[in-house]
Amino acid sequence: MEADKDRSAAKRGTLEWITAVVMFLLGVLVMVDSVRVGIRWAEDGPQAGYFPFYIGLLLCLSSLWNLAKNFLGKTVAQKSFVGRGALKLILAMLVPTIVYVVLIGWIGFYLSSILYIGFFMIWLGKYSWTRSAAVSGAVIVCTYLMFEIWFRVPLPKGPVENLLGLA
Amino acid sequence: MAEINALMHGFAIALTPFNLMLMFIGIVLGVLIGVLPGLGGANGVAILLPLTFTMPPTSAIIMLSCIYWGALFGGATTSILFNIPGEPWSVATTFDGYPLAQKGRAGAALTAAFTSSFVGAFVAVVLITFLSPVIASFALEFGPAEFFAVYFLTFCAFVGTSSGNAMKTIASMMLGFALAAVGLDTVTGQLRLTFGFTSILQGFDFLIAVIGLFGIGEILLTLEEGLEFKGVRARLDTRVVLDTWKELPRYWATSIRSAAIGCFMGIVPGGATPASFMSYGVAMRLSPDRGKFGTGVVEGVVAPETAAHAAGTAALLPMLTLGVPGSPTAAVLLGGLLIWGLQPGPLLFVEKPDFVWGLIASMYLGNVVGLIVVLTTVPLFAAILRIPFAIIAPIIMVVCAIGAYTVHSSMLDVYLMVIFGVIGYIFRKLDYPLAPLVLALVLGDRAEASFRQSMLLSQGEMSIFFSNVLVGSLTGLGLILLFWPLLSLLRRRLAR
Repeated sequence: MEADKDRSAAKRGTLEWITAVVMFLLGVLVMVDSVRVGIRWAEDGPQAGYFPFYIGLLLCLSSLWNLAKNFLGKTVAQKSFVGRGALKLILAMLVPTIVYVVLIGWIGFYLSSILYIGFFMIWLGKYSWTRSAAVSGAVIVCTYLMFEIWFRVPLPKGPVENLLGLA
Repeated sequence: MAEINALMHGFAIALTPFNLMLMFIGIVLGVLIGVLPGLGGANGVAILLPLTFTMPPTSAIIMLSCIYWGALFGGATTSILFNIPGEPWSVATTFDGYPLAQKGRAGAALTAAFTSSFVGAFVAVVLITFLSPVIASFALEFGPAEFFAVYFLTFCAFVGTSSGNAMKTIASMMLGFALAAVGLDTVTGQLRLTFGFTSILQGFDFLIAVIGLFGIGEILLTLEEGLEFKGVRARLDTRVVLDTWKELPRYWATSIRSAAIGCFMGIVPGGATPASFMSYGVAMRLSPDRGKFGTGVVEGVVAPETAAHAAGTAALLPMLTLGVPGSPTAAVLLGGLLIWGLQPGPLLFVEKPDFVWGLIASMYLGNVVGLIVVLTTVPLFAAILRIPFAIIAPIIMVVCAIGAYTVHSSMLDVYLMVIFGVIGYIFRKLDYPLAPLVLALVLGDRAEASFRQSMLLSQGEMSIFFSNVLVGSLTGLGLILLFWPLLSLLRRRLAR
């Protein structure tokens, strides 16, 4: 079981080259768009793409170097980037967080935060419903008092807050 | 001694009950932030920045800078008790801090860390008090070429002082510059790199990047360690503190060296993290108990903590005098200045002396308050880390989301924060440094503006960056730092 947990889910080298290629492509994107707005010298001085063009160029060159280095130096590339157990935990955090962030835009900040914290405590922490509800409820009441009342910074609200007349 | 008078005036401004209260709140929040994984100086200040929009600027900066001091103090706590660096600059503190704690000397390690932090910060604040007016008045004469040379030097310093792969530093920095270029070009009014998406007309806000890169990325990184923190319990009573204080003067030479390294690295934006490693290395090389380093010696805690705190504090010097922040947190504070309607740079000393000297005076007070707060309350804060991660992690995520949303009241920022979080995680694991990215994102527009103005002045001649002694030496120093990794590689080859 333990050995299975430590098995590598992705090699470091794989992540290295993907990152380098993505950065290289971003560099190309920057250069292409800089050429579009002009990288030369106009009547009134340098054009809008003059400076970013070289940024893109340097991004490309440094990424190429990193890419080459990854394929030439074998030792680091074979190391594990992330183990399976760790990857599972990370996804267990990341996926609910993405759902949470989408939910905020949809049903408002307060309700989605209660769901998010509650979900986490019940699912990952194996806490009882009552404790989870108490903790997430307390956090939300504290944020409401601190942001909306004390500092007067409004947070996004949805249909539930409208019903309660808090929006 | 005009500085002393100005400083006294600053104390009069900082020492109001309201400001003292903010100072205290700031320190406590800062220590909390420093202790919690995922919340650090930079993103902690970024998240709390919107809360200060309605405060007077001087009170706002006092509170925010105190959060920073608190975070600097707090980072050491988790390094020593849990072997988890709360902040990147306290990684070196784990080398001897955690072994000390395992030997049952956690109290001594904590006292040594906090006291050294205080000493480092104090030296840096004295430096700021006397050096910053000089630099500011000097910088009043700066033209666009000089400013660009300063920016150039700042970014080259990252390459020259980076411990890892210099090309990764450059790639990360260029990504920051590219992100900074997105949006409306203020000179020509053209849209750059928006590809038809109107929602990114304003470009990317670096506060969002900071919250995502350092906050979410850090949480994901901490998750790899599992859901449970295993730590050593600590007691801090007066006897332990006094006994450690009796021992500390023995390491005066280490303290002085570390403070000097820290101040230097803070001013030339090497930053607190390399400063702490460098200082640990130097202390080890010069110490009579060289062999015992890593097994739990107090000197091994003194060296990195003094340097990290000195660097963290000294990073505010170029921020105040030139408008060039020396660290991501200083960059966030600079962002605050802009939001409060203040223009950072040499003119700040002339136009807003109350603000500048109030801030400098608050640095003295804040660090004294900080030392007292951490020495008395640390066991309480350490207890927070015993709260299971399944509760702490989602709460930190919620706090990050609030922080990202409140910057512009925009949901897009919250989505971007998550994306930056994933980038931060991957970058950290692949040793791409994050600080150059953030600083390039902050300074990108101004670096570009000063470059364009210089080019206009010289009609496109690069020689303007060598046109007088000052700008020439700044540019030259930048070039040396830029090629430093290459030079040291050559030297090693030749020595063989």
